Amino acid sequence: MCLAIPAKVVELFPEEQNRALVEVVGVRRHIDTGLLADDPPNMGDWVLIHVGFAMSKISEEQALDQIQTLTMLGEQEAALEEVEGYGLGET
Amino acid sequence: MKFVDEFREPGVIGKASAEIRRLADPARHYRFMEVCGGHTHAIYRFGLKDLLPSNIELVHGPGCPVCVLPMGRIDDGLSIAQDPNVIFTAFGDMMRVPGTHGSPLEHKARGMDVRIIYSPTDALKLAQKNPGRHVMFFAIGFETTAPSTALILMRAKELGLPNFSVFSNHVTIIPAIRAILDSPDMRIDAFIGPGHVSTVIGCRPYEWIAKNEGKPIVVSGFEPVDVLQSIVMLLQQLNAGEAKVENQYKRVVPWEGSRPALRAMADVFELRPYFEWRGMGFISQSALKIRDTYAQWDAEQRFQVPGVRVTDPKAAQCGEVLKGVLKPAQCKLFGTECTPERPVGALMVSSEGSCAAYFSYEHRKAAVLTSIGAPV
Repeated sequence: MCLAIPAKVVELFPEEQNRALVEVVGVRRHIDTGLLADDPPNMGDWVLIHVGFAMSKISEEQALDQIQTLTMLGEQEAALEEVEGYGLGET
Repeated sequence: MKFVDEFREPGVIGKASAEIRRLADPARHYRFMEVCGGHTHAIYRFGLKDLLPSNIELVHGPGCPVCVLPMGRIDDGLSIAQDPNVIFTAFGDMMRVPGTHGSPLEHKARGMDVRIIYSPTDALKLAQKNPGRHVMFFAIGFETTAPSTALILMRAKELGLPNFSVFSNHVTIIPAIRAILDSPDMRIDAFIGPGHVSTVIGCRPYEWIAKNEGKPIVVSGFEPVDVLQSIVMLLQQLNAGEAKVENQYKRVVPWEGSRPALRAMADVFELRPYFEWRGMGFISQSALKIRDTYAQWDAEQRFQVPGVRVTDPKAAQCGEVLKGVLKPAQCKLFGTECTPERPVGALMVSSEGSCAAYFSYEHRKAAVLTSIGAPV
């Protein structure tokens, strides 16, 4: 429930401050970056996402390590299912 | 990539395990509680117990939000969605949790409009797309998840969205740890602190555990080596006669937590005077209520709910397991009347619940060993 998924920011939207397109476990999804208001992410940054929201910025090294954790926990499929469920990209 | 490789390296795990054996006093019995359900899952998944000496006992804590939600709350949420105009939305974890008259999925099968969402934002979008219906988000989670709910409530208010509400079951971890420490049948020597909750609240809120209760706590990551290293750190503190808050998960958890997340929570939520936790009873100031400034989007203020307290099946010993007094398999219903397919108690529902984790990994392992004639 509290596991977080690492994702890489691949597109930002100047007209929508709180939205970012990220690549996560091989798929592209829109996420909400409102919780990083004090230090918004830049292109290419890695973030940890939980229920469609970026929770914190992390280094690439940390991100790869975190992906490894998900794989080891056998959670990468659940992670994929979760991010595929984000309906944020539909509009 | 060195960092990652290091974690994959079985040698590092062996070293950590050897260090634990070196540090653990054979004359002592240690009881360490992992607070977070994610750790419980990892401990069973990787069989970490097998890497520890027998005098280190891992006690599974209350950090699984699905597991600690009392049945009466599920009934209340579902009662709102009896109205055919209401769309009930919740995370997938909630869908198989039994209410008095069945789980949300069973209600869906009987015609209720129940939808799984993956982000609170999806619920908001659903409300925007269905202006003629009311969309209720049945929110659960600790401080990891509560800020996201807070942000969508702020958005709903900004948008003046009339057909959206949240039924908040958000809980906070610190009062639960306090309740465990106050419980007379509870003997815990030290805590493995939650990883992702701490990205939001930081490490400071744990200081009283060290200062006032004299118990070490180490905020930990979720890799096998993270958990083992956290145990090493706890043993080092205990051997030195110290009690401190330490952060093993520095690569993700900032000491001060996340200011924007804490701000959003403070803007939207206030503490309830008390809240019932499944298996643990009423704990004061342990849950988040939506503030009156957001009353229009608070399902509890907007709808009449029965608010009936439903006691758990008597035979289920979830409370004792949740507090670590009993091991999952010591419960009378474990593996017979209560299984992950047909859960009676909440700890059997989520994969982070100690009973479900134990059932999935330990039980299966024992079955495999028995089938090949190996000693169990």
